[in-house]
Amino acid sequence: MEDIILKVEQLQTDFQKDNQRIRILNGVSFHISKGEILGLVGESGCGKSLTSLSIMRLFKGTSGEISGGNIFFRDEDITKVTENQMRKIRGKQIAMIFQEPMTSLNPVMKIGEQLMEPIRIHLGYNNKRAKQHAVQMLTKVGIPRSNEIMNEFPHQLSGGMRQRVMIAIAMSCNPDVLIADEPTTALDVTIQAQILDLMRKLQKEENMSMLLITHDLGVVAEMCDRVVVMYAGRVVEEASVHDLFQSPLHPYTRGLIGSVPKIGQKKDRLESIAGRVPDPSNMPKGCKFAPRCSDATAECHEKEPSMLEVEKNRYCSCWLYDKGRSLISG
Amino acid sequence: MASTILEVRGLKKSFEVKNGIFGKKKYLHAVNGLNFSVYEGETFSLVGESGCGKSTAGRLISRLIDPTAGEIWIDGEEISKWKESQLQAIRKKVQMVFQDPYASLNPRMKIRDIIAEPLVIHTKLTKKEKQRLVSEMLEVVGLNEYQGNCYAHEFSGGQRQRIGIGRALIMKPKLIIADEPVSALDVSVQSQILNLLKDLQEEFNLTYVFISHDLSVVEHISDHIGVMYLGSIVEYGPKEQIFTNPLHPYTKALLSSVPIPDPTVKREKIILKGDIPNPVNPPSGCKFHTRCPDVMEICKGKDPSLKQIHTDNHLAACHLYEKTIKNQSVIV
Repeated sequence: MEDIILKVEQLQTDFQKDNQRIRILNGVSFHISKGEILGLVGESGCGKSLTSLSIMRLFKGTSGEISGGNIFFRDEDITKVTENQMRKIRGKQIAMIFQEPMTSLNPVMKIGEQLMEPIRIHLGYNNKRAKQHAVQMLTKVGIPRSNEIMNEFPHQLSGGMRQRVMIAIAMSCNPDVLIADEPTTALDVTIQAQILDLMRKLQKEENMSMLLITHDLGVVAEMCDRVVVMYAGRVVEEASVHDLFQSPLHPYTRGLIGSVPKIGQKKDRLESIAGRVPDPSNMPKGCKFAPRCSDATAECHEKEPSMLEVEKNRYCSCWLYDKGRSLISG
Repeated sequence: MASTILEVRGLKKSFEVKNGIFGKKKYLHAVNGLNFSVYEGETFSLVGESGCGKSTAGRLISRLIDPTAGEIWIDGEEISKWKESQLQAIRKKVQMVFQDPYASLNPRMKIRDIIAEPLVIHTKLTKKEKQRLVSEMLEVVGLNEYQGNCYAHEFSGGQRQRIGIGRALIMKPKLIIADEPVSALDVSVQSQILNLLKDLQEEFNLTYVFISHDLSVVEHISDHIGVMYLGSIVEYGPKEQIFTNPLHPYTKALLSSVPIPDPTVKREKIILKGDIPNPVNPPSGCKFHTRCPDVMEICKGKDPSLKQIHTDNHLAACHLYEKTIKNQSVIV
């Protein structure tokens, strides 16, 4: 049996809006094995970032709250642990990097200080050792003049450099799981290539597990082992990266892959998905994708499909696959 | 051959940057000597990374900002020195679509009025006439009649971009400058807008100057492409040439950096070293030499000019090819 390090089961997360509880995540389940890169894809508002925030329980100052489900880190359900225990896990065992390297670093704190903070807290190093470790981390993520950078402020660095610093901070305590939420979205392509290359290298070296959240299917194809596709706060498909791109099952996944222009592919028109993502406070009945789905039947609008293992290790939640395979067309 | 609708010669724009009140004046050469022609009915794309000057180029062509030097020929007229009053005539022919569909629409105006505004400024049509044209335009860009009475915040990003396109099209312009029109949109919506742009081009024989950082989008929509780096075009050519036979090392690196949504494709990536240099203080010689994998001694001192390499209409500014040209001429 593969070594499962993080397991999310039927996760539900609610937010409060106008005295109304709105369920944003509704039964999200997936797992990550040791040394695996799992991709979490979907469009804006599908709940992919919220999934990562739920795992880290980063809800301070919002009305967000986990209202159901479990998150197992190794054998421990971290939805049940106290905030104090969570602080020990956060940053040490599960670390996170965010999309905006501009806003996720403290602008009035030197790079060195920001880097040494988790090292001192989680690893209990004294100042001198923490500093050594911090400089080492900066060198490891490919920052030149790492000794000088320690005394500089985030605004003195470029976007790519800032993201390297973020990675250094996240990796400094040698976490078991790294959650990367759109780590390269704000960067130019040539810089994105540098950062992805660095992340892949570090992930291999440490045999770390990674949850890579992105909207960019190109990044998914290049980085991930397995992929989870989300739509409207639900997982609609899960497959290995090869299976997913070769034969996407869910109509949403098919539409998503078809709408991306691909270099070298001579296509006059792109496929597109009509309509738009539903509003979480006003979700359609039945399958949430039905209003935009060209294969939708009356049943789809009435009842929500459940997750099925369509083939070995391929999961999809769609009525098309529930009534036998005769309905499926290539 | 189709006629040229836009021609840009030696276009330059410098912005003054100062360090504090008493600081020394410095210039940021955002656009540094652009030359290109755009043919009627085609899509010409300017691609490059942030800070390469592609947006500045778009704003110069539409004369939203004044050029420092150079010529802009639109439909046979040189407009780079025209005054604001004269420019009204050009604004009818040249319209812009902006990147951020959230910031480029007035939140206090009804969509109907936003789309009608160019008509109010440029024409003396009656109210009824204007309303008729607006209704037509709403349909053209795929919006309902009743949606015209809504405000911008009631629409999604994709719909807002449709509104922006409608506003640009209402004057029946010849040339549309689209500055990153799909980069703020989700992929499924992005493809809707790209398809719409293509349909409209056919229907109204539009010419697009398409500004984007996304090479896959650019390949999909363009006929000709100019690749920009730090204010200059480093490579220019037909789409097929640029994508199948890139010449400039920067174009090659850029192409190989784009992640391809197909896990079966395995390729050697060219990963560039370092960051884009500061445009206030650009490197000497070829501006790309600090990151170029094929850098030679000559690159550090001499800035290469944009020259025709192997085939017609495929130009590159790189010392690597100066030799081949010389050798060829020797053989000839």
